[in-house]
Amino acid sequence: MSDKVTQLQSEPEEGGCTKSGCGAGSEPLSHLPEAIRQKVHNHPCYSEQAHHHYARMHVAVAPACNIQCHYCNRKYDCANESRPGVVSELLTSQQAVKKVLAVAANIPQMTVLGVAGPGDPLANPERTLGTFRELAEKAPDIKLCLSTNGLALPKHVEEIAALNVDHVTITINCVDPDIGAQIYPWIFWNNRRVRGRKAAEILIEQQQRGLEMLVAKGVLVKVNSVMIPGVNDQHLKEVSKVVKAKGAFLHNVMPLIAEPEHGTFYGLMGQRSPNNAELQALQDACAGDMAMMRHCRQCRADAVGMLGEDRGAEFTLDKIETMEIDYAAAMERRAQVHAQIEATRSAQAAQVQQGGETLVPISILKRPKAEPPLRPLLVAVASEGMGLVNQHFGHAREFLVYEASTQGVRFIGARKADNYCDGGDSCGDGDAKWSAILKALEGCEVMLCSRIGMGPWEKLEAAGIEPNNEYPMEPIEAAVAAIYRQWQEAGRLHRAAAPRNALSA
Amino acid sequence: MAYQIVAACTNCWACQPLCPSEAIYPAAPHFLIDAKRCTECDGAYSEPQCAAICPIEAAIVDSQGVAVNPPGSLTGIPPERMAAARAEIGAR
Repeated sequence: MSDKVTQLQSEPEEGGCTKSGCGAGSEPLSHLPEAIRQKVHNHPCYSEQAHHHYARMHVAVAPACNIQCHYCNRKYDCANESRPGVVSELLTSQQAVKKVLAVAANIPQMTVLGVAGPGDPLANPERTLGTFRELAEKAPDIKLCLSTNGLALPKHVEEIAALNVDHVTITINCVDPDIGAQIYPWIFWNNRRVRGRKAAEILIEQQQRGLEMLVAKGVLVKVNSVMIPGVNDQHLKEVSKVVKAKGAFLHNVMPLIAEPEHGTFYGLMGQRSPNNAELQALQDACAGDMAMMRHCRQCRADAVGMLGEDRGAEFTLDKIETMEIDYAAAMERRAQVHAQIEATRSAQAAQVQQGGETLVPISILKRPKAEPPLRPLLVAVASEGMGLVNQHFGHAREFLVYEASTQGVRFIGARKADNYCDGGDSCGDGDAKWSAILKALEGCEVMLCSRIGMGPWEKLEAAGIEPNNEYPMEPIEAAVAAIYRQWQEAGRLHRAAAPRNALSA
Repeated sequence: MAYQIVAACTNCWACQPLCPSEAIYPAAPHFLIDAKRCTECDGAYSEPQCAAICPIEAAIVDSQGVAVNPPGSLTGIPPERMAAARAEIGAR
């Protein structure tokens, strides 16, 4: 969109965050070899930094699945739902290619095309790989990736590597078949439906083999795990160790989504989801072994746009039909926009390396030893992207949560404020919306946004959360650091967090 | 002797490439089985392939009209639990 480009061009070269300036946790990939960092540098789903700047899309070309998971309902399609496995319009490979080219022409920040369902990409190998094959020819600048349950992975590794699909995500929820039997009721294997422990055993074996084979081919592998309290939550620490040892470079522990209205086994049988504090605790526990992803939005299998936004409705088949696109010009424009984004990012990084003022405050916080320890502070941020505090509170459908401590500022996760729904008239009233917002802000003491109305301001204050609109268009991490310093100077960090909005266990 | 795909089908395509008799074809509003071609996989596989991969309960019925994968058999959700939840959600 032209307004987006203008915004990019006029982007002030303000300080931002890089590894050195923002504490160890800020970019979880900073310890990785240069070659891997280069590969994920502009991939929004693999790099927390990149997700502020770049867009991705999924095409729903893969309807069939070869396993059943207890958190999935194969009947689902709701336009207001945003979660894996849900799509509105199934595409053929040809339609998918057309859609990708249309989106990539209209959203020049796009770098990545993924196939993630609504079934399993490798249970539909012709559709998935056919889409990749044609795109590699027509839009060679777009990165290709896929997300699979792993059952059919070993037999497709050769072709995946040959097509330069260099990012593959495997969903691995367990390495123990007894736990797997509680997650997967059946798999389809060698022309039979296999159930119970045996099914889990086969699935785990194929996943692990697929992981090893991809790593041997030099394909980057991320592992997704769904945290299911009481089923695999403790076990995921072991999963993290195992997959890291085999060469996965990033682990993404996601919360179970389970509501009765989703019609899933877990939703209907009353299996609860983890709360924010439990998820964070498990991610922190796994982080000891492996790089953790915390910015996942668990998006739909037909999501379009920046992470956390879905512009799929702008690119339905009938709308694409009427679009006139100059593919070569679009690719050139993408290259220009990406170069601008990179210039902004390098400028931010350079500023930090020169001791840019915005990020220094956090190091000043390292007080003499005699001082009592300062507690960390959770700050929720409303942002539209670019790593800036640039969103009106009332427009936020999700909040980025950052933790400031004497160690620096680190990104904790993105929390949806709309309860996986767009909050329209059909989806709950104002009170329900507010309770979803307050749930998303659990544990946060500050709400950082560019603007906020008087009514919401008072409601947040009443809930023990301090609204702050003093850093509009400022880099997020610098603003969070500045707030932490103010709280520290005011002596507000020596005492325990206000109990009203304390983290529930 | 032939299986039949009925209204519960979600058009996920999983069964179509597996059929050894090429009896399954896409149609509106859902996939269909050509009764003249279907052999119920007799002599080809121990399990009829369409019914062995179909994720939707009661979407495929046998020649007697009986669901090959009856309610509860694939998801593990007891039918009475499903009915109760539907009633509860419907009443909201």
